[in-house]
Amino acid sequence: MSYIELKDITKSYHAGNNILEEIDLTIEKGEFFVLVGPSGSGKSTLLRMIAGLEEVTGGILKMDEKIVNHLQPKDRNLSMVFQNYALYPHLSVEQNILFGLKAKKISKTEQQKRLKETAEMMGLSDLLGRKPRQLSGGQRQRVALARSVVSEAPLCLMDEPLSNLDAKLRAQMRVEIRRLQKQLGLTLIYVTHDQVEAMTMGDRIMVLNDGKIQQVGKPITLYNEPANLFVASFIGSPKMNIGRAEIKEAPGLLVNNTLAFSADARLQEALEVHKDIVVGIRPEHIQPATHYEATHSLEVVNVEQLGNETSLALDVGGELWTAKWPGQWEIETGHLLEVYISQEHLSFFDAQTEKLIRPASFSGHGEVQAI
Amino acid sequence: MTNVTAAIAQEEQILFEQTKRKQRYRQFIKGVLFLLPSIVLFSVFLFYPLLRTIYLSFFLTDASGATTVFVGWDNFVTLFQSTIFQQSVKSTFLFVLYTVPLTIIVSLFLAVIANEKLKGIGFFRTIFSSTMGISVAAASVFWLYLFHPTIGFLNIIMEVFGLEKIGWLTDPSWALIAVSATTIWMNIGFTFLILLGGLQSIDKYLYESADVDGAGYFYKLRRITIPMLSPTLFFVVTVTIINAFQTFGQVDILTQGGPQNATNLIVYSIYREAFTNYQFGSASAQAIILFIIILFMTIIQFKLGERKVHYQ
Ligand SMILES: Nc1ncnc2c1ncn2[C@@H]1O[C@H](COP(=O)(O)OP(=O)(O)O)[C@@H](O)[C@H]1O
Ligand SMILES: [Mg+2]
Repeated sequence: MSYIELKDITKSYHAGNNILEEIDLTIEKGEFFVLVGPSGSGKSTLLRMIAGLEEVTGGILKMDEKIVNHLQPKDRNLSMVFQNYALYPHLSVEQNILFGLKAKKISKTEQQKRLKETAEMMGLSDLLGRKPRQLSGGQRQRVALARSVVSEAPLCLMDEPLSNLDAKLRAQMRVEIRRLQKQLGLTLIYVTHDQVEAMTMGDRIMVLNDGKIQQVGKPITLYNEPANLFVASFIGSPKMNIGRAEIKEAPGLLVNNTLAFSADARLQEALEVHKDIVVGIRPEHIQPATHYEATHSLEVVNVEQLGNETSLALDVGGELWTAKWPGQWEIETGHLLEVYISQEHLSFFDAQTEKLIRPASFSGHGEVQAI
Repeated sequence: MTNVTAAIAQEEQILFEQTKRKQRYRQFIKGVLFLLPSIVLFSVFLFYPLLRTIYLSFFLTDASGATTVFVGWDNFVTLFQSTIFQQSVKSTFLFVLYTVPLTIIVSLFLAVIANEKLKGIGFFRTIFSSTMGISVAAASVFWLYLFHPTIGFLNIIMEVFGLEKIGWLTDPSWALIAVSATTIWMNIGFTFLILLGGLQSIDKYLYESADVDGAGYFYKLRRITIPMLSPTLFFVVTVTIINAFQTFGQVDILTQGGPQNATNLIVYSIYREAFTNYQFGSASAQAIILFIIILFMTIIQFKLGERKVHYQ
């Protein structure tokens, strides 16, 4: 049952200059839906249109099968968490949490009951008397979440709620928000520019760039089968290595004039249709030549020891590629390094349209382990 | 050996103390240098006149302002017994009461409506704040015409509605109200502008969050706008009160303190005492009393304000 439905939504602030174009989207009840994209891509605008804080220029916005294009925010039965939390600086934590309930004239006993539950759930019971300025960033964040929880609205919108926190707290709050959403059965639309947040939290992700949907899907799908070059390089850290491919005396292809691969019949067929081709390979798929025979040797430009893994910068025909090897490796820069790169791990894109021609055939099937 | 090291240590300690003292001294000199311009200006234009006024208030003077006889508290005693001065204090307080709340309420109302995002709102903002750019003299002359008993706009309107003409500036029961109206009109520009500035600095996310939460217009006004605006409001109230106590120009041009001293506000009374009656001693005493009144009002305000004002 689709809960929120966007049909051909467009938005422009000045006529003829569309910030968002052709947004078609459905979100299910109870789903954790992440909107991700670089800054300025229109994520906040889209979220604010769903909230009713921004007018919809064109298209239809439905909630629960009803068209809500012109409904006031307060009539949409949703709650929202803002990036800067939007706490009322002159009100105590308790008054901040109860602000909405008082506005809706909910009975005093009900208010107190919900306040108690929420404060306990969010670990705010001891802070109820404080003003926002007397709270740490993480505590403010919790108050903002509590305001959302206490409203008991079935839909919650969050606009980059974690971007003002430090890395450690962010990781912790990611888990907490996720747990809260499951526990309360909320439908959550979550905006972020951070692909790690998107990957780790979302049931489904929508990647937005320049106001256009790039891809919608499960995190793993986006990772394994990115619909285009933008998604390929946006999702995943370090980002996917991209190289220009040329078809050299069949059956083979040459990437960046350096790496030679053989091409099977199916690939060749595909390659004949598309003139210019770009290949992509994930850093973890440039592997050490220990279990396999080395296929290529590349010059090591830089080595970063991260403790649990080693990140290598390799020179591939003048471009820097990254390889990620699990564990600790003693490697000197400047030397040639034997690596194993399987043709199965290559994703192919059309250089002109930037669309995916063929995803890496190996990934996505053998590697995800279900228990 | 140990003696030697101890001696050295002691010497070092002394040296250390000396350097510290020298540094502190230098810091002090530097600080004073920075303060010097304001100290000089304040001394010349504020502290000296204040002391001089206090000094004068205990003397009788001749027409040139030179002291003649020391009279102690006599100037003050005479003032408190004088019905004219009592009338003057009463008029001043009434004037404050008429002007301050109305100025604030009208400006706040204008600021709130001018803060809406509407087409052409800039035009209204300009109009509302325009009285700020008009001098007291120009505004008073403008109102002088409005108040004119026969050709004045106000009386023409009264006539249209079949009401009796009012001697706005000549009737003792109307004169103070007329001066108050002029003052309110003049002050609105400044107060409006400051309040609008205060409104615009309120984070718009607070309102959006309240919108999502289902708050209505007046709920937002009461729970967000007014509390968030309270530091600005407090500033405006303080300034308006002090200004009201110090009103002079309008009175001088519109009524010269008349009729029957109804608009003889303290500052105007001081002016008359000093420069018409040449009673510099008595004028100084009045000035001191006005100073104390304003001081008290301000202290009371700050005491009340502490509880009600939400600073960020
Ligand atoms: N009120 C506005 N008026 C005009 N342009 C706007 C306004 N708000 C946002 N924009 C533009 O819309 C685009 C998308 O903005 P936004 O939705 O805030 O992006 P994101 O949240 O993804 O960083 C940006 O190019 C921004 O300049
Ligand atoms: Mg944004």
